[in-house]
Amino acid sequence: MSAQVVTENVDLLEKFPQSVKQDDRAGYAGYIVSADHLLEVVRFIRDDMGFDYLASITGVDYLPNGLMEAVYHFYKTSGGPGLVIKTQVDREQAAIPSLVSLYPGADFQEREAWDLLGIRFDGHPDLRRILMWEGFAGHPLRKDWHEPYYEEEGKPYKSRWPEGKVYRREDKNPFHKNVDYPAGFDPDKWVPDDDSTLYASVNKISSAGGESGIKTDYVIVNMGPQHPSTHGVFRMVVALEGETIRALKPVMGYLHRNHEKIGERNTFLQNMPFTDRLDYLSSMSNNFGYALAVEKLMGIKPPERAEYLRVIMAEFTRISNHLFAIGSLLNDMGAYFTPMLYAIEERELILDIFEATAGSRIMCNYFRFGGVARDLPEGVEEKMRDLAFKRLPRKIDELDLYLTNNEIVKARGEGVGVLTPEQAIAYSASGPVLRASGVPYDIRRADPYSIYDRFDFDVAVRYHGDVYDRYLIRVDEMRQSVRIIQQALNGLPKGPIQEGKPQYLVRVPAGEAYGRVEAPKGELGFYVVSNGKANPWRYHVRAPSFVNITALETMAKGNKVADTVAILGSIDIVLGELDR
Amino acid sequence: MDGIGIIKGLGVTLRRFIATYVDDIKWLGRRYYKEEGIQHRSSADTDGIFTVQYPEEKIPVPEEFRFIPFLVYEEKDDGSVFYRCTSCGICAKVCPTQCIWIVRTTDPRTGRPVPEPAEFYIDVDICMNCGFCAEYCPFDAIKMDHDYELAVYDRHANNIYDKKKLGKPVSYYASIRPTNYKREEELRAEAEALKAAKKTPAN
Repeated sequence: MSAQVVTENVDLLEKFPQSVKQDDRAGYAGYIVSADHLLEVVRFIRDDMGFDYLASITGVDYLPNGLMEAVYHFYKTSGGPGLVIKTQVDREQAAIPSLVSLYPGADFQEREAWDLLGIRFDGHPDLRRILMWEGFAGHPLRKDWHEPYYEEEGKPYKSRWPEGKVYRREDKNPFHKNVDYPAGFDPDKWVPDDDSTLYASVNKISSAGGESGIKTDYVIVNMGPQHPSTHGVFRMVVALEGETIRALKPVMGYLHRNHEKIGERNTFLQNMPFTDRLDYLSSMSNNFGYALAVEKLMGIKPPERAEYLRVIMAEFTRISNHLFAIGSLLNDMGAYFTPMLYAIEERELILDIFEATAGSRIMCNYFRFGGVARDLPEGVEEKMRDLAFKRLPRKIDELDLYLTNNEIVKARGEGVGVLTPEQAIAYSASGPVLRASGVPYDIRRADPYSIYDRFDFDVAVRYHGDVYDRYLIRVDEMRQSVRIIQQALNGLPKGPIQEGKPQYLVRVPAGEAYGRVEAPKGELGFYVVSNGKANPWRYHVRAPSFVNITALETMAKGNKVADTVAILGSIDIVLGELDR
Repeated sequence: MDGIGIIKGLGVTLRRFIATYVDDIKWLGRRYYKEEGIQHRSSADTDGIFTVQYPEEKIPVPEEFRFIPFLVYEEKDDGSVFYRCTSCGICAKVCPTQCIWIVRTTDPRTGRPVPEPAEFYIDVDICMNCGFCAEYCPFDAIKMDHDYELAVYDRHANNIYDKKKLGKPVSYYASIRPTNYKREEELRAEAEALKAAKKTPAN
């Protein structure tokens, strides 16, 4: 049950008695809005109810009922609980009005829902696939779509025990029974996708004419997919007028492995180590978000000590992530690897703590439903104290002295890639990107989870919304994280670290839950639907990197092509999470 | 004035450059290729360079470090070995990548399952080192290893580990995870004592 969602708000039902009804399925909350009146209702939600922030759009395929459902989560940037609405349509002809005209941040999320679930969003300006390639057949998150090497609907697979007939997946011929060709498809006559739809989308602007009003030809430049200064295999197609960017389309999905489909085959617990691999620079935060979502469904809470450990780990993760983000941002600006290596040294010490506690430096897999995997081994608390009270404050100051007033950093950052507060909210930006634009929205404060309401810390905010401010805000946030860790270490109680007995097969009651945390990169949300069985029916990740990238074009337009690299670096994306 | 920020920043670089040599001199002869030097370099007091010269130097792994499971067996006095595994299948069920295959033994006379695996395979190519199998095993029969140097020339021929390759003695387990081993043995002794106490009044 999603406890944070407003349920007693009768406004909507009174205002739209014909088109809105309460979602009264057991374990569900919010409202169901008919597709015909969606835009009208959403406009009311935005303008009259004040839900100015569209956090998440996703879909659920209710195959047994023949329904496709789109799920929308709205929040207010002034804080407080959210509002969830759904729209149900026939899954064979799934078409829903697009919200891009009301919330530009819906753009990529709707494209993702189209790509993976096959929900067509009418009125979307650029409804192309986003994670899969253009020639892909089918929509892989639909329940009747089976992947190659498909064995069963859900793990654990019966072939593993007790027969245990071992085989290697590669030994099965992938071009034999494991591939379904669409009807009428002949692989010999197939012409690979030449990106014509992509270029057509970039070229939409060319007819409008350049700045001077004279019709100008634009040069299309592909940055990536293996450009060394991007953060992974990521590609930006930019249309240039001289050196100035007029249009930019990010192309992603090179690291796509359909995390969500894997998640729906897994049992609830089995998903935990997979979440590590989303944003692999801050795996503890990913664990946190997923654990919160499932705990909401299960209706359990971890014991005190576990809550403290979670907060400490999450804040250490934030510091290590921001160090890395600053390091790679400076790399992108041309300060090749000296700042990066200075930053990585401190990250190294933080990872040592993770390794000693969780067993692994990066793939931590430390959180469990109702607790954490294990208590702090001997000596780790002292290490944490050394870092939090002595070393990290000193080193953050050193980094500040080293970079903040550097004229080159200022020249490359100030006034570059500006995102105004209104744009940031409209584009559903979150985390440092949103707060650097002057919107003091931090989930730890706005909608506190775990025990964040007990700590004394400031929500860092900067007002220019440029690359330089997005650098500064990360320095500010690291200082606040150190404060939180210090308080948490001083208040760390003794006691159990797991609610009840650890179970390998948890019972999760039917229902839905949206668990969200302030991850280092922004709002990380997990939308989980359970039907009471061992595997989640739907498992969706609202990835901050992915949603933040929606605003990239707006940030980059009008800047020089060399600045795109710095702008991209200042958003701080991780491809594991962006592509999922 | 322009350039002050850059000069201050370069001051940081210079300080760190000098600190490297100061630290080297302070720890003369002990900083490299010695255990205490490696410990010092990965502690919060370290100054100067962090670099560890792998493979000449290796950072000692913490006790909880996990890498590829192994099966624990006990050695009897007569030289025979006894695997703790009862082939209950919990590890295979909890495994996120489904990389564990277990063949149960059946008694040829009765046809009923015997609590001991006939075969036990782990495909270490797809194992994600999450440690669930070790965490949820009720018999302390499968544990995570510390050995991370597993590179082979031909993974197809080598990387499906069978029961023999997976087996390691209890003494090895006790050596890599002394605290865990001690705690488990205490719990086991307690459970045995409880069992014995229950039996006594019945006699």
